[in-house]
Amino acid sequence: MEGVAVTGMGIISAIGRDVEEAHFSLKIGKDGISYPDILSTIHQNLPVGEIKLSNSELSEILNLPEDHAYTRAALLGVYAIRELLENSGMERFPGDTGFISGTSVGGIDKTEEHFYNYKENVADRKYIQAQHPGFTTEKIAEYFGINGMVTTISTACSSSANAIMMGAQMIESGKLKRVIVGGSDCLTKFTLNGFNSLKILSENKSRPFDNEREGLNLGEAAGYLLLEAEDQMAGENILGRVVGYGNANDAFHQTASSENGEGAFNAISRALKKAGLSASEVDYINTHGTGTRNNDLSESVALKRVFGDHIPEFSSTKGYTGHTLGAAGAIEAIFSLLSIQNGKIFPNLNFSNKMAETNLAPVTEIKSKHIETVLSNSLGFGGNCTSLIFQ
Amino acid sequence: MSIELSIINSVTIRDSKVYKNGQLIFKSEPDLVISKFLKGIYRDQNLKYPKFFKMDSLSKFGYLGVEILTNANIQDKETALIFANSASSLETDEAYARTMAEFPSPSLFVYTLPNIMLGEISIRHQLRSENIFLVSEAFDPALFIDYSRGLFQQEKADKVLCGWVNLHNNEYDVFLWEIARSGGIDFNEEELKKLYLPTHE
Amino acid sequence: MSDLHTELKKSIIEQLNLEDMEVSEIENDEHLFGDGLGLDSIDALELIVLLEKDYGIKLTDPNQGKEIFNSINTMADFIEKNRVR
Repeated sequence: MEGVAVTGMGIISAIGRDVEEAHFSLKIGKDGISYPDILSTIHQNLPVGEIKLSNSELSEILNLPEDHAYTRAALLGVYAIRELLENSGMERFPGDTGFISGTSVGGIDKTEEHFYNYKENVADRKYIQAQHPGFTTEKIAEYFGINGMVTTISTACSSSANAIMMGAQMIESGKLKRVIVGGSDCLTKFTLNGFNSLKILSENKSRPFDNEREGLNLGEAAGYLLLEAEDQMAGENILGRVVGYGNANDAFHQTASSENGEGAFNAISRALKKAGLSASEVDYINTHGTGTRNNDLSESVALKRVFGDHIPEFSSTKGYTGHTLGAAGAIEAIFSLLSIQNGKIFPNLNFSNKMAETNLAPVTEIKSKHIETVLSNSLGFGGNCTSLIFQ
Repeated sequence: MSIELSIINSVTIRDSKVYKNGQLIFKSEPDLVISKFLKGIYRDQNLKYPKFFKMDSLSKFGYLGVEILTNANIQDKETALIFANSASSLETDEAYARTMAEFPSPSLFVYTLPNIMLGEISIRHQLRSENIFLVSEAFDPALFIDYSRGLFQQEKADKVLCGWVNLHNNEYDVFLWEIARSGGIDFNEEELKKLYLPTHE
Repeated sequence: MSDLHTELKKSIIEQLNLEDMEVSEIENDEHLFGDGLGLDSIDALELIVLLEKDYGIKLTDPNQGKEIFNSINTMADFIEKNRVR
């Protein structure tokens, strides 16, 4: 079996516009949580992980014509993949490059902006097709002239983790030599109101794994990795490898996680099995850790079930970025690779007290450690649970 | 290294009709509103699953399709689910968006993701197997074939349920099929297109 | 049975898609969750919306819902005391 190498990455999130800026913020414990400025919403009291660039600023940076139909998710996606291309050392992506992108909201931002104008305003009608979730992916592919296999994954908060899994699977089966995988999601009124109606947004900065946690903060981001078959690489450097992946359904509830963390337990177990690793070989876990009462408890129970009394050091990085939904799996994959490259565990922000039920404490100060193997969890609505293992 | 796989069952729901393995098994009067058509199938199949009434139409199509495809019984709990469509959850997205201006509806919001359908199917059959939901502009046999081959190659599953479940603007196109290592029609693009297309003619 | 009780039963059946359920089948003291009517957590959130939409009552803490939504009786009591419309 061929190895699956990561030979490029790009990221834009509330903690920075490239990998270096994100890394810097992670190191000094600086979060990107603020009140919404760019997103116009009545919910000014809800903190978010917002990227402080308007669509027109993004368009200008990307040299797009004024009348373009890019959604915000597409703009963020292009922005991140430009960095990925640059650090892969390639001039352009070879023709056989695939593209698998995860998203949960797709172009819904354009829809809500123009919903009431479609009838009167012909110029806005170009956005009608933008609400098609595949449209954002197509736009990104078009920008880079990617015409290999192009597909969109929509499995909620595990979308981009599944894009990484699917890409690795396609390389291992010999179907693809090279594939850009990841995801992009932007803040929208749609999701902000929706999560608010589920009563799982916090009016304060989120506190993953804390006993007093009161919900999540939504965020926006795009993150992409270039995966290549190790024996046929076009990229110059190996930044890490995808060695394991597992997906399972929690089969419990449309949105809530089960009390015994069955889905996460199965996903982690499958990823370990795929990697041929024992639980004790995991050096660090980048958890899903959203900061909701339900997720963090369920995920903690799953960790206890897999690792028993020897749970590896873990942290959630969502205190920095907010929960970036379909992009979360990809940006946390990049954070996981940064942990390996730099021998650092980035702290879980805003934590003070252990959960009464599980008594587990995440890493809360930046910590140096030789890290070979990182497990990264992404647990989505619809019970879709994915675990990835990087080395 | 290409694995031979077989399509062992299929279901199509289209134009007010339900077919299983090519045989018409249910037909309602044309142009019935979708909710009534769905309820008609549910009653006709003698199903007893109150959760059905809480689902959005997309999930109802997925749930009903799987019940019919598997005779309401999935024995192998490792059976994986590979589903796709082109309109994602747009029908429900729009319904939810209409509530947003005043009182955003939580019960609509939870269905604004197409993979909730896979959650519903997994809950119904207690499947903790691998799930994926892909969005592509049109029915793309290659995507299903590549993904399922990967699952069989890595021995992650011995059975896979595939589904193209599309719904938008009151138009629906539902095609589900079950794949195993042997025992049916060859699983390739040509056969899949033949199964998908006939009622379009 | 008061009008409010009947009204509540009607809107619960309609809002929560309780197919084939009649107003007469819901007892005033029957548990709405668990063994009784079998409502789930999403239904509870939808009931919070219902309180706000129909009676102008805003619940800030979803945990309050547990007691209020115990039965039609408890809901009606709460609404009588707190309604602004």
